[in-house]
Amino acid sequence: MSDTSAIGATATPRVSKRFRLQWEEAQQAWVLLYPEGMVKLNQSAGEILRRCDGVSSVAEVVADLEQAFATAGLEADVVAFLELARKQQWIDM
Amino acid sequence: MNAPEVVKHQPGPPLWLLAELTYRCPLHCVFCYNPVDFAHAPDELCTDDWLRVLREARAAGSVQCGFSGGEPLLRDDLEVLVAEAHKLGFYTNLLTSGVGLTDARARALKDAGLDHIQLSFQDSTRELNDFLSHTRTFELKQKVAATINDHGWPMVMNCVIHRLNIDYIDRIIDMAVELGAEYLELANSQYYSWAMLNRDQLLPSREQIERAERVTNERRQHYGERIRIFFVVPDYHETRPKKCMNGWGNVFLTITPDGTALPCHTARMLPGLAFPNVRDLDVRSIWFDSEGFNRYRGKGWMKAPCRSCPEQEKDLGGCRCQAFMLTGDPAAADPVCDKSPAHHKVVEAVVRAERGEVAVVAKPLVFRGPEESRRRLAGLAGMK
Ligand code: SF4
Ligand code: SF4
Repeated sequence: MSDTSAIGATATPRVSKRFRLQWEEAQQAWVLLYPEGMVKLNQSAGEILRRCDGVSSVAEVVADLEQAFATAGLEADVVAFLELARKQQWIDM
Repeated sequence: MNAPEVVKHQPGPPLWLLAELTYRCPLHCVFCYNPVDFAHAPDELCTDDWLRVLREARAAGSVQCGFSGGEPLLRDDLEVLVAEAHKLGFYTNLLTSGVGLTDARARALKDAGLDHIQLSFQDSTRELNDFLSHTRTFELKQKVAATINDHGWPMVMNCVIHRLNIDYIDRIIDMAVELGAEYLELANSQYYSWAMLNRDQLLPSREQIERAERVTNERRQHYGERIRIFFVVPDYHETRPKKCMNGWGNVFLTITPDGTALPCHTARMLPGLAFPNVRDLDVRSIWFDSEGFNRYRGKGWMKAPCRSCPEQEKDLGGCRCQAFMLTGDPAAADPVCDKSPAHHKVVEAVVRAERGEVAVVAKPLVFRGPEESRRRLAGLAGMK
């Protein structure tokens, strides 16, 4: 079923149809909504997932984040989070 | 680090809004949790009231919105309400028996942005045989299931389990699979309202539950990833209570058909506590400031044995309604807990169930319905 191979730089993840990602003003956080509940995301998880649009590659997501937060060397963290997100079925590749 | 300061416990937002649009329902479930005196209920909120409630709740931080009842499809403004909820950014959910879900209405609800439908088996035992023998009821479910699939909604089913259907759990699971369900919730009946009237007939024996769990596990293995099955055990057979509603006034906000705001669907039964109405007060004040929502929030209200119990956080003393129904005191420990001095009341009910003492003939089941509801009201009035 779920793909267990490593997530490469050219993969184009997107938020799964099973979930809806949205910004919640009252909680000041990005959340994933699904039929029986809600996952509240921390800032970095939210910033990564909102960039997973099915078009941008992992490399582009990383570059965009590094620019937005004026930092470098985020790739390993982003990939590690995406692997977790895939395990939770939050994203499709 | 900042200097420590004393902060008053501020509850989080009412994340989960349950809009009970109507108590009207074409069905007569013996386990229905609508109030037994529902026939007495005053006027339903109008469309504009509900639209305002949706806006106020969303502004107060609600995210999930369930439309339920009764049968919510009996409201012909359902599509308007769903559309507004969707526009406001709610994740919308319809809880229905499927009666009245025509293709045209399904299409309109899809266009309105409805995210999700939970279809319940209307197994009200009157229909049980019919249902289990694949006749009328099954055909209706089949049609509704096809409609739900056609419109691309995930298929989520719910079936209330009790003494009279628990032995057929394998067939219920098979049928859910046959109907294309992705999720199936087998929820053991909880004993409130109509189910409380019928408790002695509905409470299964331990042996029945163990068998049902075993069969459910076998079916899980057999069907693998085709279906995810949740089996919710009845709390009467436990020794610790459930954390009711995940905490009083913690995440759940129910609005009843007449606009009364409740921390759970059955809280209106509690004595000495007035609950606010959305006709008089806005949702934010109701949630944060009203006595009805603050009374049993957190742990400050607890008595012995809960007050000094190391397990407080786990269950917050259990269910206030169950405490009231079984002890007469809404601030008592939930008698499901074996530390409660009234725990024997739960044990006795279970023992009666074990012995199979309650023959259905000796005490007929009470089917939910407006006539029965009025009859009970008249009976109560006569007793005063
Ligand atoms: S439990 Fe049954 S009778 Fe009660 S509202 Fe639901 S479908 Fe109607
Ligand atoms: S005594 Fe009260 S708080 Fe402790 S486990 Fe029992 S119900 Fe929960």
